[in-house]
Amino acid sequence: MNDQTKIDQDRAERTEKLQGMGCKRKRVEDVRFTQGKGSYVDDLKLPGMLFGDFVRSPHAHARIKSIDTSRAKALPGVVAVLTAADLKPLGLHYMPTLAGDVQAVLAEEKVLFQNQEVAFVIAEDRYIASDATELVDVEYEALPCIVDPFKSMDPDAPILREDIKDKMVGAHGPRKHPNHIFEWQIGDKEATDAVFAKADVTIKEMLVDHRTHPSPLETCQSVASFDKVKGELTLWGTFQAPHVIRTVVSLISGLPEHKIHVIAPDIGGGFGNKVGAYAGYVCSVVGSIVLGVPVKWVEDRMENLSTTSFARDYHMTTELAATKDGKIQAMRVHVLADHGAFDACADPSKWPAGFMNICTGSYDIPTAHLAVDGVYTNKASGGVAYRCSFRVTEAVFAIERAVELLADKLGMDAAELRIKNFIKAEQFPYQSALGWEYDSGDYHTAMKKAMDTIGYKELREEQAKKRDAFKRGETRELMGIGISFFTEIVGAGPAKNCDILGIAMFDSAEIRIHPTGSVIARMGTKSQGQGHETTYAQIIATEIGIPADDIMIEEGNTDTAPYGLGTYGSRSTPVAGAATAVAARKIKAKAQMIAAHMLEVHEGDLEWDVDRFRVKGLPEKFKTMKEIAWAAYNNPPPNMEPGLEAVNYYEPPNMTYPFGAYFCVMDIDVDTGVAKTRRFYALDDCGTRINPMIIEGQVHGGLTEAFACAMGQEIRYDEHGNVMGASFMDFFLPTAVETPHWETDHTVTPSPHHPIGAKGVGESPHVGGVPCFSNAVNDAYAFLGAGHIQMPHDAWRLWTVGQKLGLHN
Amino acid sequence: MAKSHIELTINGKKVEALVEPRTLLIHFLREHQNLTGAHIGCDTGHCGACTVEMDDMSVKSCMTFAVQANGANITTIEGMANPDGTLSALQEGFRMMHGLQCGFCTPGMILRAHRLLKENPAPTEDEIRHGIAGNLCRCTGYVNIVKAIQYAAAKINGTPFQEAAE
Repeated sequence: MNDQTKIDQDRAERTEKLQGMGCKRKRVEDVRFTQGKGSYVDDLKLPGMLFGDFVRSPHAHARIKSIDTSRAKALPGVVAVLTAADLKPLGLHYMPTLAGDVQAVLAEEKVLFQNQEVAFVIAEDRYIASDATELVDVEYEALPCIVDPFKSMDPDAPILREDIKDKMVGAHGPRKHPNHIFEWQIGDKEATDAVFAKADVTIKEMLVDHRTHPSPLETCQSVASFDKVKGELTLWGTFQAPHVIRTVVSLISGLPEHKIHVIAPDIGGGFGNKVGAYAGYVCSVVGSIVLGVPVKWVEDRMENLSTTSFARDYHMTTELAATKDGKIQAMRVHVLADHGAFDACADPSKWPAGFMNICTGSYDIPTAHLAVDGVYTNKASGGVAYRCSFRVTEAVFAIERAVELLADKLGMDAAELRIKNFIKAEQFPYQSALGWEYDSGDYHTAMKKAMDTIGYKELREEQAKKRDAFKRGETRELMGIGISFFTEIVGAGPAKNCDILGIAMFDSAEIRIHPTGSVIARMGTKSQGQGHETTYAQIIATEIGIPADDIMIEEGNTDTAPYGLGTYGSRSTPVAGAATAVAARKIKAKAQMIAAHMLEVHEGDLEWDVDRFRVKGLPEKFKTMKEIAWAAYNNPPPNMEPGLEAVNYYEPPNMTYPFGAYFCVMDIDVDTGVAKTRRFYALDDCGTRINPMIIEGQVHGGLTEAFACAMGQEIRYDEHGNVMGASFMDFFLPTAVETPHWETDHTVTPSPHHPIGAKGVGESPHVGGVPCFSNAVNDAYAFLGAGHIQMPHDAWRLWTVGQKLGLHN
Repeated sequence: MAKSHIELTINGKKVEALVEPRTLLIHFLREHQNLTGAHIGCDTGHCGACTVEMDDMSVKSCMTFAVQANGANITTIEGMANPDGTLSALQEGFRMMHGLQCGFCTPGMILRAHRLLKENPAPTEDEIRHGIAGNLCRCTGYVNIVKAIQYAAAKINGTPFQEAAE
């Protein structure tokens, strides 16, 4: 073995010991989770703790004529019953939403959706609280309701929001009707219309991304504990954004923010459901302040599915204009957005339709226009980003379905049409027609790798044969090939355009190196299963050469963690991950000065080597980070303050733009409508990969949620506004039996503006997966002239497609 | 409400208690016994987060009254580690194969997998998928849960475990 080999081997061994970026480090969290030692909100038990439960409206739209709580209050074990009349003097019967609207905490004069919160019963245990909800007598006068958002702005439509009926300018500009929330437009309408007027080929389709729900396995819940003596409130809850909750609680309760301790313990999945503020949180807080004892609130599943945070419900009239050889010239989209009874979208404040304007997708479309109208209906409020950045699943669904429809019309292969229109690698950074600057991408390389791996040409040949066989009556099976080439926009975001309630959407990391060389680091984000305790430590390990196992990551305690905007929209890695790297580099810079002092050389004479600074040309003269850490507390250079810690609040210069190429092969039994996913291949490019094991796990999970949304999951209402199927009996969550096998792959195009080049991945598989499944289904039926088939594609609906096409005769 | 007297064994320990007849086993375990490992995900018996072992059967403890467990032998996730405190083969399998993310379904999933392997020590992938169909996971897409159970089966049986190619 020569010297260089020895040096390389030594370096490789030291690198491996760090368990830094790029390795499949096993998760720190799993040690407690596999032993049932996680600590979730409902695990919390405090002395004297009471339980709250809601009385909910059976009507979708009704006037409340009276509320009589006397029978409930008489039940032994019931401590209090809160109604709007109790909250109103405190100014708490309404709370602000993240979208600039207000939302009823407890209904005052009217209820606006079924299961809306009407009264909050507080009792000694959850059984008594539940009993008492049935003893609150509420007299309603039913009113006509609006379920179809296309009827919201009819001249004779009932006015839903009487509280704001005269306020004809909302948070996002003028309102056209008392049931109108906002109109948001972007792009060049005139130029777009002009291109459409002269185009060789156009397509136009109403694409519905139906209402669904993130439904994490743990529902929303909170425990509030108010200390009357100290005037301090501690609030534990299922919060994806604990600091934002603290600020909101301070703003609405009037309690000073430093006397509010918000703690998000382990969270059992979020997927966007746990970003917003809910009536239950507020009522647990009010209950505790009024009664001076802790109050717990835990949603049941039916409450979760029917009240807190639906997703989607976007009705997108989508048009493309192209030349006859398939070059896309323009895109025009109008969205009717059903927001339910209150505008409680969890978007950055200036973006009433989120980042829907990423809808030009991965294509070089020079001209585009997008308009979104938000309306009120008698449904639950929300409009959260369900496993995606804000409205990005909707945007990608629109463009990826539209491209397929255009390919059909042109008689072109759908992959070929995409490739022809891709933004080329040399065009990055790329300015999109609807205002984004895509940071980086190499779409052609990713698409080619995906097509080669899946054997695209052979699949199309097989499909052609099967179609012929179907026409000859030799098979009853249809084969569909779904494609999706998505571009996400994540990591919100730059202060110039992203804020929540006026707070810029930075994120943060604080790293402290202890004298013995172990580390604690705290972030403003909050894991709900993404494995932050594992991956942030890997970033720090690589940056400062301390083994990940010696680094503890802590999130969720707003007293100790630096202020951050939380975890959603795949922002943890792009924003807090960047803050982590920058804070680590500050530490490293100080460590270099300390090492120079220890080695009695000039800083510039040192070079970094995995876990140490060494003197250039004298590799045997070095100081490890561990030694430097001790010196920081024991022998810092003269005039340098002791200690070794740093904090960074990172404001990203741009979003990141992960992308991917997905392919799905599906076989559908035309007589039963049962669709079987034969193969699903997902190639993701999320830039630098921190932990490939966790990335793969995120992709598996996101694809499974995409499969659910596309193939059956739905929150549906009947004509009276009754929510249909708000339990796991009806709401489709795939089991291990239905869930397809997932094949994962990747390319790596690092983000040029991110300190470690990472882009975020948690939501890509959902964003790319939904249109891929829908395209597979649509592709299966396309040769029969089915036209666009709306989601969700459950067996019943697919059977009806066959029925309409006369295939069952 | 009049209370009923029950005696049962939980994780090898004799327990006596007075419970209301309507108290669910999951609440008895979580709130009376402070065994918070099993979780409540749906209240309707669909998700399996509350799965525990009762007399050699997997039971959804949100669909079982505590009084039904009178005289029973119950095992929860808190009783799943090896006697020396190290992770059991299944617990280790879930960690090694990244068979969990948020951890909320995990205790129920491990308890269910435990019973499955008792009844079928060397299940095929298809048998595993059907065997855990009563337990929902929102995070993993099940691929790595299947691998975790295969890992554990191999370890228990002393056979080599070959992780499937990615």
